[in-house]
Amino acid sequence: MNILTTKNVTKRFGGLTAVGDLSIDVRPKSIHSIIGPNGAGKTTLFNCVTGFYKPEEGEIILDERPIVGLSPDQITHQGVSRTYQNIRLFANMTAIENVLVGQHPHLKSGVFGALLRDRRTTREESAALAEALRLLKFVGLAGKGDFLAKNLPYGDQRRLEVARALASRPKILLLDEPTAGMNPHETAEMTHFIRRLRDELGITILLIEHDMRVVMGISETITVLDYGVKIAEGPPIEIQRNQRVIEAYLGRGAASGQAQPAPALAAA
Amino acid sequence: MTHKTPFNVWNAVQIGLIGGVVSLLLSLVGMVEAFDERDIIVNVITMGQTLLLVVFLMIGYVVARRAAASYSPAMALPLGTLAGGVSAALLGLLVLVGRAADLREVLVNASPGLYQILTLHQESTLGFVYLLLAGVAAGLIGGVIYFLPSHVRRAVASALAWVALLGLLQNLIQVTLSSTPDLARLFSWMFGTGTETGLSTTGAVAVSLVVVTANLSLARYQSPLRSRINALPPTSRRATRWVSLALLAAFLFYLPNLMGPILSEVANTVGIYILAGLGLNIVVGFAGLLDLGYVAFYAIGAYVMGVLTTTGGELSTSLGLTFWEALPLAVGTAVLFGVLLGVPVLNIRGDYLAIVTLGFGEIIRILALSDFLKPHIGGSQGIVQVGRGEIGNLVFSTPQTLYYLVLAACLLAAFVAIRLKDSRMGRTWMALREDEDVAQAMGIHLVKTKLLAFGTGAAFSGLAGAIFASKIGSIYPHSFQLLFSINVLALIIVGGMGSIPGVVVGALALAGLPELLREFAEFRLLVYGAVLVAMMLLRPEGLMPEEARRRELHVEEEAAVAAD
Repeated sequence: MNILTTKNVTKRFGGLTAVGDLSIDVRPKSIHSIIGPNGAGKTTLFNCVTGFYKPEEGEIILDERPIVGLSPDQITHQGVSRTYQNIRLFANMTAIENVLVGQHPHLKSGVFGALLRDRRTTREESAALAEALRLLKFVGLAGKGDFLAKNLPYGDQRRLEVARALASRPKILLLDEPTAGMNPHETAEMTHFIRRLRDELGITILLIEHDMRVVMGISETITVLDYGVKIAEGPPIEIQRNQRVIEAYLGRGAASGQAQPAPALAAA
Repeated sequence: MTHKTPFNVWNAVQIGLIGGVVSLLLSLVGMVEAFDERDIIVNVITMGQTLLLVVFLMIGYVVARRAAASYSPAMALPLGTLAGGVSAALLGLLVLVGRAADLREVLVNASPGLYQILTLHQESTLGFVYLLLAGVAAGLIGGVIYFLPSHVRRAVASALAWVALLGLLQNLIQVTLSSTPDLARLFSWMFGTGTETGLSTTGAVAVSLVVVTANLSLARYQSPLRSRINALPPTSRRATRWVSLALLAAFLFYLPNLMGPILSEVANTVGIYILAGLGLNIVVGFAGLLDLGYVAFYAIGAYVMGVLTTTGGELSTSLGLTFWEALPLAVGTAVLFGVLLGVPVLNIRGDYLAIVTLGFGEIIRILALSDFLKPHIGGSQGIVQVGRGEIGNLVFSTPQTLYYLVLAACLLAAFVAIRLKDSRMGRTWMALREDEDVAQAMGIHLVKTKLLAFGTGAAFSGLAGAIFASKIGSIYPHSFQLLFSINVLALIIVGGMGSIPGVVVGALALAGLPELLREFAEFRLLVYGAVLVAMMLLRPEGLMPEEARRRELHVEEEAAVAAD
């Protein structure tokens, strides 16, 4: 059974079809990448899955439940969590507070608990704090918990965003270009880290990524989008040799004279 | 960024000219002359002179700082002195021109009285020289202050501030002291007993010495003391905290006896602003929802209290409830309206939200004024004889008794605000303030979160309004102007957005000081505006900025204690 399925999803902005008739299946505990040129509709797909956009047509099914029409917070409660292409942390809150906010769906205490500070609330709060510290340690931010998010270096901010996303204990984690702006060394670290997320925590990962070394290295399945339409899907080795994918990336002229895989795609 | 901007004599003159323009402005709007009625130190310096000297002093300081940073430290003092002199010279020019030709047709405040003040009551040339000397000296001192080590500088600055403050409030303190003859006698050498309008010279010297010593020893011993307290085992650390809290409580409890009726009245006004500020701080400071119609809930609280408890007998709706019966209804109604306002503005953000709430505030005031509701809430004639609270024999009618009511309300509100801030709800609000979309993606229910913020904020404001109505005994629509919302917002900004101690400091500065300096009320908004501009430029985070809570360190400490 698939953990996430989209069936014929279409999202239009005015006359522009950002995502057209898209069907993908994400298997549980897999690393599934979405690639495609800029403007191919990758982030739009993420926004449809997380509930920020409502697709005009089609169905999105998470763990056998349809989620189109639910609000973003309800979808998070169903077990979807994400990071953003341009980092969007709560800049003026500390790293710990960011992760604590991430745990929101699992905390119960309300106004009266906060005012009276009864035993249940204090116990829940200290458990949440312990969990936050554990997550920070997991992503390699131990000792930086009291830093304001905006004061952390770039790579740490990326990792903090992942920690915050993990805090909601998602079934599926959507990572939007997690290695954007990183140097080769940091990229290699992040790649290793993403694999750990799946191997150690058993979380399904849906990944948007431009760096082909990362994509080809860790994905089980790759879906290629171009102008909102799926043009290819399969394991990395197939995608590297797919004629339409090469055309989409390099243009028809460049592709026609070439029997070998395109350099950009063969980098793995 | 090690690039040094060259700073030369001409720059110093420019800054000096700016100082001159500022002092000219202060003189020509009439502040110098009005303030000259009061002495800071009897027969030594008046408030008007202080105002000008502070300008020259700051010019000297600024020039010295910039010269030392970019040119050469050796030139800092001469340039600072020069700039102070230039400022004074520009002001002196006014005297020279003014004495030669009558400027009063255009500049109404350019009076002979002003010239007398500026020239230290000397005639023509000698007076000009005196003024120039004062400027030069202040510029030099400002420059010297720059070169003092920072803790000495802070000590000197706070000594000057304390002398100025005590001198300013001398009259009030004298009156307050006179109710207890023993105390009055004890301090007579400082505040005088007769018609003085400032500190005595010995008093000023004593205050300076005390403040400087206190500051220096604080700088010397504060951090060792703190680390020693931190080194104590948790139980005795908690005990230390309880003892200091108990001392504070005892002090707050005894305070009205010390303050007397006038100062108690001021404290009550400040308290009501603190109460309203704590509420708006939740809406604006925590949740980031810019609400400019905050006065609406204050008005609702006041009107519900008024309508339900009035014994004036002209209203059709009067129920004659007691204060305590009406109080929860007043707060509840305010919450209800807070939530009702919240619903239509759920999808509105930022500037648009400010405009909508602004409109809501005006609607409430105009409704209160309308003929339509006149039979029920009194229209422009308002409501008189609002009920007073009482517990047993204690009636909250005089400033000194009302103080306890206001204090209790403030403590309750502060407790609620602190507890909420430091909880899951508080984090939710802050996430909402930082990024609404991401907050929602974290699973936060936006509607609930926003309505809770609006509701809590409205509750505090309604409580403040209800107490206000009972305190002054009668309410009129014109008590609920837009200016109230703006004042409360301004005190939050000055204190520091989202900071609870900041609300108290902001209220003391923006609501307390103007009450104490009522005779200068005509300059109130001018000073207000200048203070806000200066704050935004120099210290946008506020006087007491919100502090990030340290959690990681804390947990590790406790773990270490547990491991022992």
